Amino acid sequence: MIFALAESIIEPLAEFSRPAIDWHALSPELTLLGVGVLVTVLDILYKERGKQIMLVITGLGFLAALIPIITLAVDGVASEPRILFNGAYVVDGFSLILKAMFLIAGYVVVLLSSQYVADGDYWENEYYGLLSASLLGMLVMTSARDLITIFVALELLSIPIYMLATWNKRNPKGNEAGIKYYLTGVFASGIMLYGMSLIFGASGSTILKDIFSSPDFLRSESSAFVVLGIVFSLSAFAFKVSGFPFHTWAPDTYEGAPTPVTAFLSVASKAAGFVALMQLIVVGFYGREDVYAPLMWFLAAASMTGGNIIALRQKNIVRLMAYSGVAQAGFMLAPLAVVGVSTTSADQGISSIIAYLVIYTAMNLGVFGIILVVARRTRSGDVKSYNGLFSVAPTMAVLMTIFLMSLAGVPPLGGWYAKFSIFRALISANTVSGYVLAGVAAVNTVIALGYYGRLAARMWFEKPAEELEIVGGASEIGSSENAEVENGSDVSVENAYEKQIVGVKQTIKAPFSLGIALGITLIATLLFGIVPGTLTHFTTVSLF
Amino acid sequence: MSIVAVAVSPSWYLILSGVLFSIGVLGLLVRRNPLVMFMCVELMLNAVNLTFVTFAREFGHLGGQAAVLFVLTVAAAEVVVGLAILVSVLRLRPGATADDISSLKG
Repeated sequence: MIFALAESIIEPLAEFSRPAIDWHALSPELTLLGVGVLVTVLDILYKERGKQIMLVITGLGFLAALIPIITLAVDGVASEPRILFNGAYVVDGFSLILKAMFLIAGYVVVLLSSQYVADGDYWENEYYGLLSASLLGMLVMTSARDLITIFVALELLSIPIYMLATWNKRNPKGNEAGIKYYLTGVFASGIMLYGMSLIFGASGSTILKDIFSSPDFLRSESSAFVVLGIVFSLSAFAFKVSGFPFHTWAPDTYEGAPTPVTAFLSVASKAAGFVALMQLIVVGFYGREDVYAPLMWFLAAASMTGGNIIALRQKNIVRLMAYSGVAQAGFMLAPLAVVGVSTTSADQGISSIIAYLVIYTAMNLGVFGIILVVARRTRSGDVKSYNGLFSVAPTMAVLMTIFLMSLAGVPPLGGWYAKFSIFRALISANTVSGYVLAGVAAVNTVIALGYYGRLAARMWFEKPAEELEIVGGASEIGSSENAEVENGSDVSVENAYEKQIVGVKQTIKAPFSLGIALGITLIATLLFGIVPGTLTHFTTVSLF
Repeated sequence: MSIVAVAVSPSWYLILSGVLFSIGVLGLLVRRNPLVMFMCVELMLNAVNLTFVTFAREFGHLGGQAAVLFVLTVAAAEVVVGLAILVSVLRLRPGATADDISSLKG
């Protein structure tokens, strides 16, 4: 009888045949999944003894995942995309360049983390496992062409970062960074999901290509659903990329989180948000530029202006970089306001955003590398700790100046080409809104030079600060003042907060791994500015 | 008798999910207890599930039902992480409300 029962269950299943899976197209993700699992299992097996090898395994694993990306590129994926799972997952030129960017950014973050996590008193093995999981989410995001896949990728990349942001769990600021990021993050994903459910209702499909071709989606009767759906699902990614009215979590989380995690948040997590925005707008919502174009226009203009103006009065280097990141996000949002004009302007807009993302990743990781090196000595996040850096550590001062000038968009550095390609995309759309947005961007480029230039001037022309108010361990780089628990509870944090006064007139030397990280970012920043062709060869992709 | 006879159309479910979602959003913005804020997030996600199921039934399309399974699973993972963060916050500041957690600003 049991056999009969079992057969009755199995029989209908026997007719089910598994759809063909293109393992080669999925191999970068599978490699990364393997790395994450390996790190987690080795952590359980070796505990303390595994400390040294975890870093090496993770770093090499990220690089190993680049190999299948190269073989896929050689295979000609850029010209004939691999379409998997009924169109829900697509591996094409767009996703390959972004996957490569995420993996290299992840590798640099591992290099940045190496000293930091070991210096602080933390269990580092989980750190690398979580980092791999988050990176896997980003890789999935680059290929996700389906609402559910985008949602799962977003959560896969966000949930590990919630934990990484709370890494300094014995410190009230670390906790606060985590809970603020968590609450805004889940709020945003709730809004996004509601938007997606309305879009599903208006179009009858979750696959972006089908949404685009669904006649109901373009009909005006369904416009209330469509408008709400598009606005909700795009606003959620405005949280992720810290666009202006939705940026409030960013400075606090950046300040309280460990600095390498902040670096990861400010480049990789932000880039993943842009990847999702590009796919949603250009693949899914392309017919409805009446809805998304004004939204993107407003977000871009508000982010550039708001971010820059608030950045002008920041005293903490990490908060300064947070608002600088808001302004930079505004630049990257700008082409999305004009992609609806024609397919040519869509292709050009996408290419310019990818180029900007790659260059921004390089130069921003470079800045965070220097922040880590300087903070190892001064234990302070105050911008005053950069006074006279040139007389103390000439190499660091020169590198920081290069990265800052690149962020400001000074030729011939990478940031210049990034801004140039954004302006080109805006102007070649040839619409009034495009020209006005280009004007706003031009004004903001000048404002941004104000705070980047002032920080650079501190390093070259001012005397080193004699005394800096500094705080506890390596975990405290983000905060310039002594933390206090405000609700008066007797919390035993006094050990972590003894005040020390240390001069900064000591030599500052970068550890080996940080040196490599700075080298990679410096080469990228210089190369892509001087010979932009090396980058545009890969970023000229189309989502159509 | 007449109450039972009224047919329940899909739009009723959509209205209900809209109301649930609004309660969730308002609660998250207004309430200051972190635990209640978590509950409001769950309310939002369940409103989403109701919308997906309603549309899935109307279209006879399995995509919406698949979405609900994913949302449920991910929401569980999300809440686990959120509660862990909340526990570590409350260890340092017992009884803290959202307004107390504000040492980072500027």
